[in-house]
Amino acid sequence: MKQAGGKAEHALGGATVAEVLRALAAEHPAVEGWILDERGRLREHVNVFVNGEQAEEETAVAERDRVEVIPAISGG
Amino acid sequence: MTEVVVGTKKGLFVLEGDPASGFEVTARAFAGEPVECAVRDPRSGRIFAGMTSPFYGPKIFYTDDPAGEWEQSSGLALPAGGENALKRMWVIVPGVEEATLYAGGDPGVLFTSRDGGATWELNQALWEHPTRDRWQPGGGGLCLHSIVPWPGEPDRLTIAISAAGVWHTEDGGASWERGNDGLVPRYVPEEADEEIGLCVHRLDRAPKQPARMFMQFHGGVYRSDDAGRSWSDVGTDTGLPSDFGFPLVVDPADPDSAYVIPLNADMDRVTPEGRVRVYETRDAGASWAPRGDGLPDEHAYLTILRRAFDRSGEGDGLELYFGATSGEVFASDDAGATWSTAALRLPPVYSVTAS
Repeated sequence: MKQAGGKAEHALGGATVAEVLRALAAEHPAVEGWILDERGRLREHVNVFVNGEQAEEETAVAERDRVEVIPAISGG
Repeated sequence: MTEVVVGTKKGLFVLEGDPASGFEVTARAFAGEPVECAVRDPRSGRIFAGMTSPFYGPKIFYTDDPAGEWEQSSGLALPAGGENALKRMWVIVPGVEEATLYAGGDPGVLFTSRDGGATWELNQALWEHPTRDRWQPGGGGLCLHSIVPWPGEPDRLTIAISAAGVWHTEDGGASWERGNDGLVPRYVPEEADEEIGLCVHRLDRAPKQPARMFMQFHGGVYRSDDAGRSWSDVGTDTGLPSDFGFPLVVDPADPDSAYVIPLNADMDRVTPEGRVRVYETRDAGASWAPRGDGLPDEHAYLTILRRAFDRSGEGDGLELYFGATSGEVFASDDAGATWSTAALRLPPVYSVTAS
């Protein structure tokens, strides 16, 4: 993702999906508003997985967990 | 040479040329992304694009070279941690003061930039207006689609929201008041609150006589001579095949001249009788006449959206441009008397601006 410095992988802290994504935005301010909206919610057509399981904003994240952010299969 | 900036369902296109010799696509940006609105600010030369990614939400980007790199503007968001998120950008308009621009979006919100479009700030008075919880969205959402400055008076501004009607400020956006007298929403019961659900489709002002305004309503064409406080019907028995439509253009040189593109009301929303025609008034709406020489006139069922009609020049040099959801862009360099095709087979056209 260009807004995340062009890197596909990042090492980030955080106890929940939302905290991890806020840490990403803190490290790369251009990410602000792209994955989480101003309400702090995941955008409707963005999916997040923790270790392969679909997750929500408050899903717990532990050390060494893998959080993947993937645009939904949608559009026209 | 005229530059036509076209926002489409699949990106932004820049056309350059003239109606007589034709246009070519000189740039495309935001491939695959819906560009709802785009405009070149004539003061700075900067092009702005309102892009609403289906994945990543609404943004505004700007550039000096549409074929080059684009920068993302900041500040286009509703208050953090609230109940609402910005859904869509509808319009970007240069303001009166140097480096001031306005942007309108869904849910019925206005943003102002004082630094040439790099950063934006939400208009709090409109956002916190006490009637907001009664505003109703139109079919396209609660869209703030028309922003009309008053030439020479930066504190005066008129906006229109579908379907929350017309709003005026005379104190630079610190307070807002309605301007809907005379509008008749035929789609709600007569006994309903007359200021709820007012579905304005497009609004514009005659710059040489700023109190004169024209409006395309959701069923109705109106004129105001008192700066948009009250409105008179100029769409009934005046020569229009339908008083339904979306866009509207005013000739800056002549306060009595305006152009609309009627569509079949209300569920059909295509050009009537399979013929594409722009209608012109030269007498402030007392009568309208078709202008369609060169436009498709058989089995042509086009839809032209509210931001997809614009002009450059004025008076004898008035050029008109509009785009359709079927991907055509049409051009006229003689105030609509004759037309040529500027582009074919673009993605569905959402917006057209010319300069």
